Amino acid sequence: MKIESLTIDAVRQALGTRQASAAELTREALRFAERENPRTGAYLHFSPERALAAAARVDERLAHGEDPGPLAGVPVAVKDVIVTKGVRTTCASKLLANYVPPYDATAIVRMEAAGGIVLGKTNCDEFAMGSSTENSAFGPVRNPVALDRVPGGSSGGSAAAVAQGTAVVALGSDTGGSIRQPASFCGVVGVTPTYGRVSRYGLTAFASSLDHIGPFARTVKDAAILLGAIAGRDPADSTSAEAPVPDYTAALDGNVKGLKLGLPREYLKDLKGESSDLLYRGVDVLKRLGCEVREISMPATDYAIATYYIICTAEASSNLARYDGVRYTTRSPHSDTLSEMYRNTRGEGFGAECKRRIMLGTYVLSHGYYDAYYLKAQKVRALIARDFARAFEQVDAIVAPVSPFPAFKLGEKLDDPMAMYLSDIYTITGSLAGVPCMSVPCGQTAEGLPVGMQILTRHFGETTMFRLAHAFEQSGAVN
Amino acid sequence: MKVPMSSSAIDLASADAIARYEPVIGLEIHVQLATATKIFCGCPTGFGAPPNTNVCPVCLGLPGALPVLNREAVELALKAALALNCQIHQHSRFARKNYFYPDLPKGYQISQYDEPFSENGRVEIVVDGVRKSIGITRIHMEDDAGKSMHEGFKDSARYSYVDLNRCGTPLCEIVTEPDLRSSDEAYALLTEIKQVLQFVGVSTCDMEKGHLRCDANVSVRPRGTLPFGTKAEVKNLNSFRFLKQALDYEIARQVAVIESGGTVEQETRLYDPDSGETAGMRSKEHAHDYRYFPEPDLVPLRIADEWLSAIRATMPELPGRKRARFISEFGLREYDADVLTSTRAASEYFETAARVSGEPRAAANWVMGDLMGLLKTEARDIADAPVSAGNLGDLVKRIAAGEISGKMAKEIFAKMFASGEPAAAIIEREGLKQISDTDELQRTVADVIAKNPKQVEQYKGGKTAVLNYLVGQVMRATRGQANVAAVTELLKKMLGADRIC
Ligand SMILES: [Zn+2]
Repeated sequence: MKIESLTIDAVRQALGTRQASAAELTREALRFAERENPRTGAYLHFSPERALAAAARVDERLAHGEDPGPLAGVPVAVKDVIVTKGVRTTCASKLLANYVPPYDATAIVRMEAAGGIVLGKTNCDEFAMGSSTENSAFGPVRNPVALDRVPGGSSGGSAAAVAQGTAVVALGSDTGGSIRQPASFCGVVGVTPTYGRVSRYGLTAFASSLDHIGPFARTVKDAAILLGAIAGRDPADSTSAEAPVPDYTAALDGNVKGLKLGLPREYLKDLKGESSDLLYRGVDVLKRLGCEVREISMPATDYAIATYYIICTAEASSNLARYDGVRYTTRSPHSDTLSEMYRNTRGEGFGAECKRRIMLGTYVLSHGYYDAYYLKAQKVRALIARDFARAFEQVDAIVAPVSPFPAFKLGEKLDDPMAMYLSDIYTITGSLAGVPCMSVPCGQTAEGLPVGMQILTRHFGETTMFRLAHAFEQSGAVN
Repeated sequence: MKVPMSSSAIDLASADAIARYEPVIGLEIHVQLATATKIFCGCPTGFGAPPNTNVCPVCLGLPGALPVLNREAVELALKAALALNCQIHQHSRFARKNYFYPDLPKGYQISQYDEPFSENGRVEIVVDGVRKSIGITRIHMEDDAGKSMHEGFKDSARYSYVDLNRCGTPLCEIVTEPDLRSSDEAYALLTEIKQVLQFVGVSTCDMEKGHLRCDANVSVRPRGTLPFGTKAEVKNLNSFRFLKQALDYEIARQVAVIESGGTVEQETRLYDPDSGETAGMRSKEHAHDYRYFPEPDLVPLRIADEWLSAIRATMPELPGRKRARFISEFGLREYDADVLTSTRAASEYFETAARVSGEPRAAANWVMGDLMGLLKTEARDIADAPVSAGNLGDLVKRIAAGEISGKMAKEIFAKMFASGEPAAAIIEREGLKQISDTDELQRTVADVIAKNPKQVEQYKGGKTAVLNYLVGQVMRATRGQANVAAVTELLKKMLGADRIC
């Protein structure tokens, strides 16, 4: 049994045939992950006690002949912005370097109830702000495919762990592409479900109206299983959806004949080089599978980046106010007055990107600017959502690039935040519209760098999205 | 020798000067909704728990925690709006009010801003017999902050402490129009609102526990002119007395400023109950840009018609209407109707007693006199009076029926108050029934006549006042159990008959 290439099915089989107990498997997975992690730095810290306790519960269920759940014994890496009771949750920030939450996120509760094992917490951009994981207060993550390159971000650690094989699946969070882009960079599957599909309770807020929890996996099926386990209405999250959760795996039947797919003109006009070639090759595969492909137009796309960076920074400036040094935040020791405590704590604690976004967000919400920025951005957001609604009147799914380029070198774009923001262009429209979207591996560049293909469907259309991605994956056209 | 004036002393305007100006006042009233749990989490709202024990991830603002709106809080808020004759919006929204303060763990308050659930209400007040309608601008819901404690700890010189128990307590903010023209009107409005909200069960309005807090916007203008003067916001008016004192002080201060050629500054002023004065807060402390924006963690609030109708159906009769009805239906005097509608418990107690007795005015006298007197001595509330309203009504009914005398009733009532027993049980046990058996009474009267020949002689001689003495003798002989009217009749009859003989 090779830990680094396990799938959920393989784990189930191993446990079912008593080839290994969940405890043995967990110990082995921890050993492997702890040994391999220094290569990439995907994990910030491990949670062996919690993992072994969860494994023991799975073994107990198995011993009693009970259903151990769809994720029984599956090692899961969890992005360190998702709170875990008793396990340090730092959000990759100095401010929370020693913060141990007293409660679990709903996604964690559900994932463990399904038998999943939290192996450890993964590195990311500080408070999920960034596209390369270089904004972590605890150092960058290296892309396991090419160690001198970034894994993407902000969920770079989760993507890298799955790509590296130090977890079977992982939980990440996506606000403007933070799951899909690292999935694309690391060559794994990454899913941003419909807004409201997975409870945000326990997801440290970056931009509340855009934040999603979603899965990473090496196969579409594993991503579908993990999403199925954590999705569904949560009374603790008012914005979580009532819609029933279908059995996503039942849709993985390869039958995509006649599916109508749209290629947005606005997404393709500037796409160049190998990223473009690989995407078109992928589209050809889909055509061969029987899909009908047509060009569509999403005219509001041009305003997406401006809109996104107004809304997300506005919400972030408010969400990050609580890290003030009063309670759980690491407090700056050199303060004589309250305002000094605030200034020093936040000034010393936040990294440059967080400060930049807090300032931008504070500005756009300020008296006299609100209408011109925030309110206008909300109106444009509605236009972008309308683009999607209209597109889905014509097509069943949209196929698009994930990123204008594959994984770049560490440090390459650090000094150019604008370039970094612009690279989010293809992922943020889906986030703003709240539709489900995912990245599925679509091939590699000549250098061997993975490139993902993005699939987007209508609200709660995850079934179609998974069906298409699965058929594409199973076609064998990639690799 | 010149004595330097204390820097805090201000020359207030004279009564003459004040009379030349008209105050313009609006109130902002914060009311704690009487829910069992907080507005966005399940923590209890109780008072007096050890610091930081009634808390959870949500009200502590821990990373990842999310608010969920408490349905009961919305119901109470809707009741407040209905009671204050407000228009209720089917669609409203919460907004974040952002500011930094140690007792505000999220770094923002969840309030309602440009889309409150309720607007355009009216409340009637009566001052010096004049009825006046005061506009309610809006009512919105919000969560309360915690409590900062700057004193009382050994390191208080260097540190403040924070208690977050109160954090997340549901509040309603009631904003009135600037329709008030005196501190008396403001006092009357706050009284009326407090009474109405208590009646409807929206809030206990206990000012000592901070369940009712009041700020006021105050300006003055020369009488007869229309434009409003520059207003000051006066905070910390947390008792009725303070409200009046602070407003009178502030009005006099503003008049003095204008009279001396100065201009009133738009500022926030804090009332200090110890000095009775208001003082400007350093402008930095309130120069906030709250950066309001819609709360993305909550979905917009939609109030279904059916829900609102159901709530409307549970609304009790409001004090104003009840007062009018007590006057028209029961023939109460205005003053009595006021007293008996001062609280919902008093009004309900009285109404039951009135109906059971069939003698509303007598019942009113008993409730306001004997009952409220004893309750006051024992510092008890009418809601837990030991004599039930039904039992008091029954007592009044027995008096009216001539079964017991008024004097006996007082004694019986005292016993009822002490034991909680109904009158019947006490009358039965102590043999206190009024003697209406004529034979027995006749014997007693004859006996009294026989024993008091001198007085009988005087009576027959035309000194009729002596009859009272004889009645008293009969009452004494019957230990007060005889009906005074019956005794008087009988005495007259028998003394007259004697004369005929
Ligand atoms: Zn709480």
